[in-house]
Amino acid sequence: MKPPPVVYHGPDTLEEAVRLLAEHGAEAKVLAGGQSLVPMLNMRLTAPRRLVDVNRLDELAYVRSDRHGVRVGALARHADVERATHAFETVPLLRQAVRTVAHPTIRNRGTTVGSLVHADPAGEMPAVLALLDGEVLLRSERDGERTVAAADFFVGPMESACREDEVAVEAYFPRPAGRTGTDWRELSRRSGDYALCGVGTLVRVDDAGAVVAARAAYIAMGSVPQVVDLTEAAADGDWSAAAESAADQLDPEDDIHASAEYRRHLARVLTARSLKASYEAVAP
Amino acid sequence: MPDKHVGQPLLRKEDPRLLAGQGRYLDDLGRDALAAAFVRSPVAHARITDIDVTDALDVEGLVAIYTYEDLPDRIAEPLPLLIPHPDLTHARTPHCLANGEVNHVGEAVVMVVATDRYLAEDAAERIRVAYRDLPPVVGVSQARAGDRLVHEDVPGNIAARSVQENGQGDAHSAIAAAPHKLTLDLEIERSASMPMEGKGVLAHWDADDRTLRVHSSTQTSTSVRLAVAAKLGLPPDRVEVVTPDVGGGFGVKIVHPWPEEILVPWAAMTLGRDVKWVEDRREHFISSAHERGQQQRIEVGFDDAGRLHGLSVEIWHDNGAYVPYGIIVPIVTSTQLLGPYKVGAYRVEFTSLYTNTVIVTPYRGAGRPQGVFAMERTMDAIAEYLGLDRLAVREANLIQPDEMPYDQGLVFQDGRPLIYDSGDYPTMMRMIRDLVGWDGFEAEREAAAGQGRRIGIGVAAYVEGTGMGPYEGAHVKVETTGEIVVSTGLTTQGQGHYTTLAQIAADVLGVAVADVTVITGDTRRFKYAVGTFASRAIVTSGNAVAVAAAKVAEKAKRIAAAALGDGIAPEDLELGDGVVRRKDDPGSFIDLQTVAVLSNPLRYAFDEAAKAATQFAAAANTGDEPGLEATGFYMPERSTFAAGAHGVVVETDPETADIKILRYCVVHDCGVVVNPRIVEGQVHGGVAQGVGGALYERIVYDDAGQLVNASYMDFLIPFSTEVPHIETAHMVTASGVNPLGLKGAGEAGVIPTSAAVASAVEDAERGRGATEQGLAIRRMPISPSELYELRKGRVHA
Repeated sequence: MKPPPVVYHGPDTLEEAVRLLAEHGAEAKVLAGGQSLVPMLNMRLTAPRRLVDVNRLDELAYVRSDRHGVRVGALARHADVERATHAFETVPLLRQAVRTVAHPTIRNRGTTVGSLVHADPAGEMPAVLALLDGEVLLRSERDGERTVAAADFFVGPMESACREDEVAVEAYFPRPAGRTGTDWRELSRRSGDYALCGVGTLVRVDDAGAVVAARAAYIAMGSVPQVVDLTEAAADGDWSAAAESAADQLDPEDDIHASAEYRRHLARVLTARSLKASYEAVAP
Repeated sequence: MPDKHVGQPLLRKEDPRLLAGQGRYLDDLGRDALAAAFVRSPVAHARITDIDVTDALDVEGLVAIYTYEDLPDRIAEPLPLLIPHPDLTHARTPHCLANGEVNHVGEAVVMVVATDRYLAEDAAERIRVAYRDLPPVVGVSQARAGDRLVHEDVPGNIAARSVQENGQGDAHSAIAAAPHKLTLDLEIERSASMPMEGKGVLAHWDADDRTLRVHSSTQTSTSVRLAVAAKLGLPPDRVEVVTPDVGGGFGVKIVHPWPEEILVPWAAMTLGRDVKWVEDRREHFISSAHERGQQQRIEVGFDDAGRLHGLSVEIWHDNGAYVPYGIIVPIVTSTQLLGPYKVGAYRVEFTSLYTNTVIVTPYRGAGRPQGVFAMERTMDAIAEYLGLDRLAVREANLIQPDEMPYDQGLVFQDGRPLIYDSGDYPTMMRMIRDLVGWDGFEAEREAAAGQGRRIGIGVAAYVEGTGMGPYEGAHVKVETTGEIVVSTGLTTQGQGHYTTLAQIAADVLGVAVADVTVITGDTRRFKYAVGTFASRAIVTSGNAVAVAAAKVAEKAKRIAAAALGDGIAPEDLELGDGVVRRKDDPGSFIDLQTVAVLSNPLRYAFDEAAKAATQFAAAANTGDEPGLEATGFYMPERSTFAAGAHGVVVETDPETADIKILRYCVVHDCGVVVNPRIVEGQVHGGVAQGVGGALYERIVYDDAGQLVNASYMDFLIPFSTEVPHIETAHMVTASGVNPLGLKGAGEAGVIPTSAAVASAVEDAERGRGATEQGLAIRRMPISPSELYELRKGRVHA
């Protein structure tokens, strides 16, 4: 459990970081919070020749909100997102979900943008970004800045659209339009563990309380965050039927903690509970 | 200062140091030592066809690479069989490094020594070992089938087969003749001790002095010393083994010598340099020890009141790839299964089986959780069958206080008769009934049901043999500074011995606990000891400390009597408040510190106090050997039997099948309690591990023998959030075996937890009305996913 030899770079500016990746990207990894990367290094599951540590880029340690949404800089820790009241008021789902990310000590160190780039299918924040139709701002020496929508960002398990010469600079979580309620819930073996199944929902209602939009996003139920549109299925407020329809569209796998069938069952149960909670948060 | 320290809930003397980060663990030592790393087998069962180290040779900082071929003489022989037993007919023990064949993932194949651990691992990574795969044997069922063999010369994979009967007639006939019969097939999965600190060894060879000093994170420094001396061909007195602070043991560190405990000292001697090896977490998972894995078949015959007439138990025990620790675990299961009950005619047969997995050795509970699971599942099944209250069935079978001492008619793990020395089980069961609220629970269940919630209650009881021999000893010395130093050969790994042993010594010597310093696990200070395991330390070492301290007190009285003169006899004196004083005139006294000075007649005065002991002063010559010190030993005739009962209330989510413990109650009897706070802590720690074993922890091997959850991410040790608040009630039935009346408390909390939780979950899932059946839990641990599966199998009318 000792990492193999690695060359360490600690750039002081974003420009320098981007330049280092332009030069060494193929053999480098960006180190932010290190909550996934460092254990993988120690177990020699990954062996990059170089680390580009972005922890000195203080200008990226921000969580900013306006009436359109929340912008999270690359060096904002999960705990910053969790604690930012303005972010909660703008996009309540952020706090609802981020508080289920691992444990406080991990949230104090791990970054939200880092978890997006890591693209663990069991990670909460990728699913939140996907549910909200958010986007990620990337920067490289070659292309300058580019923005990738959540739907295109998560490519496969542990694989995002962030190229090896790019730094993910910021994630943008838009505020849902209209009268929208959100909810996040999951069941994990122990508190703070990766969820056996996690679901976030979003329900928009009109002034009469009729459902005009409903969506759910899932973690640990496929190789990337699974987003299911349930507007039609939930139109008449039958959450169980909507949950049934959602579960039919998921394809979870067995592992040592739970069977695929149980996971699908959980998706059904949690979706119904979550849709109801989202609805009740905004129903007249 | 209280009259008596024993019985007081004193704060632990060791905690300020440990909590302030001033502990000194193995890896805190030997900063400049060379580091060892190991190439371990990535496959479960194979012949080694080639080892190619070429690529590793140019790693900077490499010092040495050793394979089996490099090992001399006794180090090349298999490691010792620590506990031979006549029924252990096919014992196989591992080599320090694999000798042509590997039998589990993680078995050490090559040792690498380099200037630091990073470089040692870099070199290890470049060593190529070629394997020719053999079919792996994984799990009890495959081992029982016997068509694949772990060791080709061990037919049926059977290391041992053992039968015991309790002398109350033929069990099968008794069962056949009983009014009712049931058969249960049960299974307990593998778990492991998982101390926070893994193993570790540091060795220093002094070539001039020809002495070897070994630091090891062990539960038995004295036994490591003898084992290392034997393997390295050194006289034991040339080997010192010191145990630094140890970050938990829970059984795995009683095994010795581990290959690394031989190889690291040997490398230090060979290289003439200090060498250190610190086990990492993955190594601990795949190359230390596991426990628990068993299948059981139970046949029981009983009458209308639920009283047992006969009990027959067959156990198939997974002992892993080798049996260096013998068959202690299945022996404990077989005998402690009986708990507080009279079962009529009893027959137990166990088969201990090899598999291509990590070795199985005692883990806190040491076979008892499996035995209690068997017995208590049986009690619940009888109650279900007869439609009786589960507690009532248990109460109908209890050994009564007036039957103590009670001979269960079996041979226990210490080779002595299984005789319960004392206990009051009816009171114990009444106490758990009250504490957990058994009688009022139906109302609670109905109230919960009204809210759509499912709750259930369960109970389980156990008896635990503790404080076994052969012996422990202690050396007690009063320093001329007044400090009392208690040295015991046994080790400590979190039990609070620096406090509890000080309490015992302080009472005998009439001093404050703060004046007593306890030294453990250092063979330079005390050579003769067995070790800290099997809930034995406070019983054996506690009594030994009392013996040694009493000798010191007698000596102090003799010297003080001579010093006081005036015709005073030692019998006229007593110790208290740090002085030796006249019983009839407490104002006439002499400081214990001064007695210590006088105890060593001096020719030369080195300070003011010492003058009193020189030849022209009024010497207090009693003819005693110099020094106010003494050594004492305690050798128990046999084990002393603690007991307890746990009651638990759980809630199961009707939809998600999530299982939550709402209440956890413990009635605990460990005889005379030295420190209630520490005992409570032991119970809490045990219950936490018990909850782990019931709901979370399992070692998972795939069919190829790969341990697929070898990390704390996937081996689920409960967090504080998963451990319930624990409500405890104590009772005291003093041991009839030892002078202080003590019984062990170390393992208690973990023993009945799986059984109690199974009982409660089954109760929560009890059928409702005529439309729904209950379900039977026959296997632990249980996860929400597994409860969901069980529910699917439930018949709905």
